[in-house]
Amino acid sequence: MTDIALPATPLLTADGTPLKTRLKRIERLHQLKSVALILPLILFLALTFLAPIISMLGRSVDNPEVASAMPHTIAAMAQWNKKALPGDDVYAALVSDLTEMKSDQQRLSDAAKRLNMEIAGFRSLMQKTARALPFETAPASYKSALRDIDERWGDPAYWHAIERNASTNTPYYLLASVDLNINDQGDVAKAEPEKAIYLEVFARTFWISAVVTVICLLLGFPLAYLLATLPTRQSNLLMILVLLPFWTSILVRVAAWIVLLQSGGLINGALLSLSIIEAPLQLVFNRTGVYISMVHILLPYMILPIYSVMKGISPSYVRAAVSLGCHPIRSFWKVYFPLSLAGVGAGGLLVFILCIGYYITPALLGGPKDQMVSYFVAFYTNTTINWGMATALGSLLLLATVVLYAVYNRLVGASNLKLG
Amino acid sequence: MKRFDIKPLVAAMVCLSSLSYAKDLTVISFGGANKDAQVKAYYEPYKKATGTNLVTSDYNGEQAKIKAMVQSKSVDWDVVEVETPELIRGCEEGLYEKLDWSKLGNKADFLPAAVSDCGIGFFVWSTVFAYNADKLKTAPKSWADFWDVKKFPGKRGLRKGAKYTLEFALLADGVKPAEVYKVLGTKAGVDRAFKKLDALKPSIQWWEAGAQPPQFLASGDVVMSSVYNGRIANAQKEGNKNLKIVWSGGIYDVDSWAIVKGSPNKAAAEKFIAYTLKPENQKVYSQNIAYGPTNTKTIPLLDKAVAAELPTAPANLKDALPINVQFWVDNGEELEQRFNAWAAK
Amino acid sequence: MTSQILAKASSFSFRNMFVRESGAAGTGATGAALVGVGMESPDTLVSFRQVQKSYDGETLIVKNLNLEIRRGEFLTLLGPSGSGKTTSLMMLAGFEVPTSGEIRLDGKLLNNVPPHKRDIGMVFQNYALFPHLTIFENLAFPLKVRNEGFREIRYQVDKVLEMVQLEKFAQRYPGQLSGGQQQRVALARALVFKPKLVLMDEPLGALDKQLREHMQMEIKHIHQQLGVTVVYVTHDQGEALTMSDRVAVFNNGIIQQIDKPEILYERPGNSFVANFIGENNRLSGKLVSQDGDICLVALPMGERVVARAVNVGQIGDEVSLSIRPERVVLNDAAQAVENRFNGQIREFIYLGDHVRIRMEVCGAQDFIIKMPTSQFDSNLREGDVVPLGWAAEHTHALDPV
Repeated sequence: MTDIALPATPLLTADGTPLKTRLKRIERLHQLKSVALILPLILFLALTFLAPIISMLGRSVDNPEVASAMPHTIAAMAQWNKKALPGDDVYAALVSDLTEMKSDQQRLSDAAKRLNMEIAGFRSLMQKTARALPFETAPASYKSALRDIDERWGDPAYWHAIERNASTNTPYYLLASVDLNINDQGDVAKAEPEKAIYLEVFARTFWISAVVTVICLLLGFPLAYLLATLPTRQSNLLMILVLLPFWTSILVRVAAWIVLLQSGGLINGALLSLSIIEAPLQLVFNRTGVYISMVHILLPYMILPIYSVMKGISPSYVRAAVSLGCHPIRSFWKVYFPLSLAGVGAGGLLVFILCIGYYITPALLGGPKDQMVSYFVAFYTNTTINWGMATALGSLLLLATVVLYAVYNRLVGASNLKLG
Repeated sequence: MKRFDIKPLVAAMVCLSSLSYAKDLTVISFGGANKDAQVKAYYEPYKKATGTNLVTSDYNGEQAKIKAMVQSKSVDWDVVEVETPELIRGCEEGLYEKLDWSKLGNKADFLPAAVSDCGIGFFVWSTVFAYNADKLKTAPKSWADFWDVKKFPGKRGLRKGAKYTLEFALLADGVKPAEVYKVLGTKAGVDRAFKKLDALKPSIQWWEAGAQPPQFLASGDVVMSSVYNGRIANAQKEGNKNLKIVWSGGIYDVDSWAIVKGSPNKAAAEKFIAYTLKPENQKVYSQNIAYGPTNTKTIPLLDKAVAAELPTAPANLKDALPINVQFWVDNGEELEQRFNAWAAK
Repeated sequence: MTSQILAKASSFSFRNMFVRESGAAGTGATGAALVGVGMESPDTLVSFRQVQKSYDGETLIVKNLNLEIRRGEFLTLLGPSGSGKTTSLMMLAGFEVPTSGEIRLDGKLLNNVPPHKRDIGMVFQNYALFPHLTIFENLAFPLKVRNEGFREIRYQVDKVLEMVQLEKFAQRYPGQLSGGQQQRVALARALVFKPKLVLMDEPLGALDKQLREHMQMEIKHIHQQLGVTVVYVTHDQGEALTMSDRVAVFNNGIIQQIDKPEILYERPGNSFVANFIGENNRLSGKLVSQDGDICLVALPMGERVVARAVNVGQIGDEVSLSIRPERVVLNDAAQAVENRFNGQIREFIYLGDHVRIRMEVCGAQDFIIKMPTSQFDSNLREGDVVPLGWAAEHTHALDPV
């Protein structure tokens, strides 16, 4: 055996450039071409998907109102021991901040609104104080002068509230989204029980989503099997029926469910006239209505991935199992079902993720006990215009989705996802 | 008022097209039946009487639009109809002109609730409760009856939210109308209201849109429901004569005119507002829609039957209370949050 | 109608077998008498009795199947697609239900036995190995179903793995194996629970030629080693000839002939079999005379050919003559055979071990002669007219095509 000596110089192409360089150049050109082709898509995604998500995450900790409106007060508060009332210099700084803010009503009202979230009534305290300023002559004690305007300035709690908002970032909204807050001692504490709501709402969101997913699976799996095994003609017809909900507006469907399910509705009417029940069943504006409608809307998302996986499962697997002496039902369970799991996983994940973001259906068909996280996102966005809470809840929802996906990936492997 | 018809697109288009006209005064209101009544009572007669070229249009209460105009100093709107919370906030933020009463009328003639720094209320609406007379043997008379599910069995409709609901709970618990906000201002008072609500909770069917309660009542889903009084008047007009209003313990509010800060037609705007505040004009308005006049001198002019169905009829006003908007501006978020937490349990 | 079909089918299935082996002469439909109830010998493992199968109620995919499969034999069902061979196999496996007739296994009527209780091993076209189970688990599957103990399973699986030489792959998944390896696993899985009968449905169809030939031998050896009865379906005649003890040739839902491979090849019972199995020169003519086994056929140009009368009608009827290309001899060798003619060489096709010569003979344009390269006369040129001939013994007078 003789060793083949490696060439001491790199291989060259005919025109003398090293082969490696040439190859790289050609490959780079190819890569550039393919990048150029998907560039519009990347830009589109960055603008419409990534940017809003990033800005949402940012908003959930964004807290500029107080810091920008009260710079003097915050600077003066740096020396405050946070136990007794702050010194007269802090009061004087507040007076100068509020006086400046009078020329910019917007800043005043933003800061007042933000502080009002900490202590109800802070808004009118700020407005009232601003209206009384500036003092005609500088008072001997700003502390007593402000306390003359409103006694609440003598309560350290109000100063703690300002102090908590000294930074332009705050965990306030994120903590509030999991029923926590920061107390006057600066520690994280549980929210008062009568105001604690979101942990339960998150738990409920996951519970409703899990139930809807399970019902969808129980209904969708046999249907997908039927679709995959029927002759083409019948299965096409059935497929159209399955897809029909996709072609109807979600609002129309929800309205239709209300008509069907309400106490004077078609279903109750039919059951009453057949004397099956004596009093109308409560089918809507409660959990039942939410489940019925959400399952109806989400069923295709379960059926389609399962169907596409089942379509690829050769009937010979079950035949093989049967020929090996396995009862047909056991064969289905031992062989067919495990093979369809990729579709079940994909369908389940899809339905579950869609579920946890559902808003309109529970809002219209559920009662107050059936509202999910999205309802409160909408509530804070539309009704109280509290972007901080809305984005904090949204961020947690996003986090939940990501965690869910990661867990699924860990258990099943994302490469096994088959969406169709 | 959110309960008027929403036609934001139409409104926006009308806005755009109307702005190109030469005009002396632009008046923006909420659309719907309320605007129809305004046209009959105010716009048409005013045009005839003064020859002013009046441009009118709709909006949906978006204060952001007004803010944008004021900040960019290109004010196209002169007079706008605003709800009380927006009026107070907008006034704080400097979006509206401070009013000069010498140009408008006699301050003492108006309901106290109608008077504020930047706006003057020009009609009164009320949140009351109504019942389906076909389903109840005896007529309920008060919020205490509303809470009495033994005497009046059946479901109750209430607006899904803390505002109004907490006040009604306290009224049902025996708090005098004048003291409702004083009680509600304390932690104990809020606890009391929620405790009272606990008792009724199993019987409550919540509503969110103003159109829902008349439907619930008519279909028999609920036997009593809190409701905006104008909605019941409408339902009665449409043939649901069996729906009756209980005025006792109603909470009333006003919709106000405000002049956008920096309006170039401020004098004309004042003139127009003064015209709408005159008793004889408010009378026409109330004849067309079941909202009450803010000028107390209007009431004697009204037909007795019409006056009796308005929130401002002395009998209806007797046990009613004005909404305390300042209270809700300060405490709204906290109480709505607690309400949500309570409702969800 | 039914009896006619029965007669025709049975005549081809059994006659030659008995004719050859007993030496008795017989043509036409006389063999029909040999078919009947109660014919079963202890040697028979499976019997099909007058089995019919129709999917649409209008056409029969299996027309009238009578078939006895002997214990320990390797029987191949051969035929073009749609000939009914796979349907017959599936009826035996239990995945198709006969429309009429009965199937017995070991004397026991199978018609109402569900497939999982038939104890028949099966190898599928695409192996049908369970992709979510390892090779070990795949092989353990039939044993687990039979509630075998873990030790027994381990022992049996190791044994079959050794048999197919895949001991190292027990913990792999089917997707990690090559096609040939998967095929061996499928075979092992069909054998591991020791069924009396193993069915194979075109199991080598997905393999390339070399691997296929290798696997053919391997399957054959396993069969010899275990003595299990195998019913094998294929449309590849080479495969059928290589592996089988007997081959049943299917066409149009009827068994055309069932025989040992060499008899099928050398003594085809009819034109279909002659054409379907191996290469074949065909000449059409009319029957002039017949004397027992031997007959005389006149070709259109007047040439006379002496042939074995295998499947002919009356004197004057059309017949089709079949001559295998390797049985035709050229030049001097032609002097020794009964049928001698001249032919013109059209084309040589060199194939390494042999040469194919395309000739015009007796009006037939594509008469093929196969000659081992060692015997090929390199002086021959295209266009030469050369004497050629073939023996009457290797000339089969069959039904007209």
